[in-house]
Amino acid sequence: MAKVEEKRGSRQPERLRDLYRQMLLIRRFEEKVEDRFRAGELPGFLHVAIGQEAVAVGVCSALEDGDVFASTHRAHGHTLARGTPPNAVMAELYGKREGCSGGYGGSMHLYDVERGNLGANAVVGGGLPAIVGAALSFKLRDEPHVAVAFFGDGATNIGTFHESLNLAELWQVPALFVCENNRWAESTPGAQHSPVWDDMSKRALAFDMRAIKVDGQDVEEVFTRTREALEHVRSGAGPVFLDVECERLVGHYVGDPQVYRPKGQQAELRETRDPVTLLRERLDLSDEDADEVDREVTEVVEASVEFAKTGTDPSPEDALNNVYA
Amino acid sequence: MPELSYREAVRDALSSAMRADQDVFLMGEDIAEMGGSMGVTQGMLEEFGPERVRNTPISEMAIVGAGIGAAMQGMRPVVEIMYEDFLTLSLEQIVNQAAKHRYMSGGQLKVPLTVRTQGGAGWSPGAQHAQQLEAWLVHVPGLKVVFPSTPSDVRGLLWSSIYDDNPVVFFEHRTLYGLKEELPDELEPVPLGQARVHRAGEDVTVVATGRLVHEALGAAVEAEQEGVSVEVVDPRTLSPLDEAAIVGSVKKTSRCVVAHEAVTRMGFGAEVAAVVSHQAFDWLDAPVERVGARFTPIPFAPVMEEFVVPHHADVLEAIYRAVGRNGG
Repeated sequence: MAKVEEKRGSRQPERLRDLYRQMLLIRRFEEKVEDRFRAGELPGFLHVAIGQEAVAVGVCSALEDGDVFASTHRAHGHTLARGTPPNAVMAELYGKREGCSGGYGGSMHLYDVERGNLGANAVVGGGLPAIVGAALSFKLRDEPHVAVAFFGDGATNIGTFHESLNLAELWQVPALFVCENNRWAESTPGAQHSPVWDDMSKRALAFDMRAIKVDGQDVEEVFTRTREALEHVRSGAGPVFLDVECERLVGHYVGDPQVYRPKGQQAELRETRDPVTLLRERLDLSDEDADEVDREVTEVVEASVEFAKTGTDPSPEDALNNVYA
Repeated sequence: MPELSYREAVRDALSSAMRADQDVFLMGEDIAEMGGSMGVTQGMLEEFGPERVRNTPISEMAIVGAGIGAAMQGMRPVVEIMYEDFLTLSLEQIVNQAAKHRYMSGGQLKVPLTVRTQGGAGWSPGAQHAQQLEAWLVHVPGLKVVFPSTPSDVRGLLWSSIYDDNPVVFFEHRTLYGLKEELPDELEPVPLGQARVHRAGEDVTVVATGRLVHEALGAAVEAEQEGVSVEVVDPRTLSPLDEAAIVGSVKKTSRCVVAHEAVTRMGFGAEVAAVVSHQAFDWLDAPVERVGARFTPIPFAPVMEEFVVPHHADVLEAIYRAVGRNGG
């Protein structure tokens, strides 16, 4: 308890309130995305990360300019948390030229290279090797940046994960591996896909990589632990594996009936483990203050929908551009 | 004019680029002390050190992917995949990542990565060390695919591949490493996407790649003795393909044979045949003939291997079929 009190004492309320605002923005953004998808306005299909906002915000807030990251099919949160304007993300989901990938990518391929977003990847584990390579380039060029890979527990069973962690540790490159362990690989529960599903840090042990366990529902802890990890990585002491235990408070995709999930589990988790609620309680926000933040981010989200809907459709022939440099 | 082997020409291109540019570096299995399984990078560790001649674990996905990541940061990595059979292990990274990052990002990213690999039959390595898989790669938008057949071409094209802003898969042929040619001291870049006419002729065009360029040149000499004049065109770059050069040659000769070591069915030659049939239909006096390997894995026993992959006699027969000899 003493340790917790000490942490609380050193808290920066302003920063925490900002993290709260960011998390709520992502939450409202994704709720709106679900809503517009169900209304038939968004092409393709979508994965939202409701419940995992603290991971995106905690990690991305700890990054510095020049750091890069690779995201996953569940990418809206990471992208917004790194500062890509909601307008550009929403416009991408609507397939508009103003989108952050110019309408070429969609929900599963959000890019914002200027802000270090090297792309959301729709192949599970597909982005990890490039993060090792980006980190290697930082090392070879003596640049003080870190390359970060986001991935889920499901990705820890694919070859790229093992090859990438091995190479990163072997070459001591400045990479951070953020495992968002929500204990679901799509519909398959952790116990059915991994012998170490309840302690993913054991994966890092095999590569002699430093691992840090993090409660992914606690944004303050995610932020603090990420900072700690980044210091280690940036000092040249080698890559770090963040074992972030978190909760996916939604289905795998928007519209997923979740026949595989125990009845009542999601509702219970929403009551007890919602990271937005947990932070709001910790901040002890008055209803008035909370409503104000909510109004503010909701306006931003509404405006992004308006921006996206009035955006420019690509011409069909635009499909022929950007194949080659 | 020093005489360089195909192997030395590859090394010369790599070394020249690395001397000129700190952003060029190598990754691959056994490429450092051992100098690569084909000896291509011999001596490069001593000159450039282990940071730039990086021996890797046996991790084809990760080393190609690491090349992609470094390339996205503006470096120009060259990854060696020991055998093109092992390229299959890294195909996800090549096909879904390297080839598509620029596109999916709406043009924000470039991936100036070169993936060198080699393969080919003729020495009985068996079914997992002798395939020719270039047709798998030319089917993928976003990739460039290069397959040089001579020392001068391999040197000049590798340089251009390294300095191309797109991912390039660069095929070398195992049996060509010892082939020698006098080359100028100064490296002369060969632009990607330009075919080379190795031999001018009047009666039939042979479009050949890799080892089959040399088989075709041999066949051309024999055909000439029979009064058949053969033009041999090597596309050198398979994607983008120099269609104009191929079609132009066929419009002159009115007959076409395509020849490669890879299996005929669905091979690179099928695309060439389609291009020629479509763009030079009115000029053609005979169907396009195809030469390639039979539709089997590459067998081990030399007598079977010899039977499965094409040689100059197969090209010669195809030439005669095209010009209507031998009962045609």
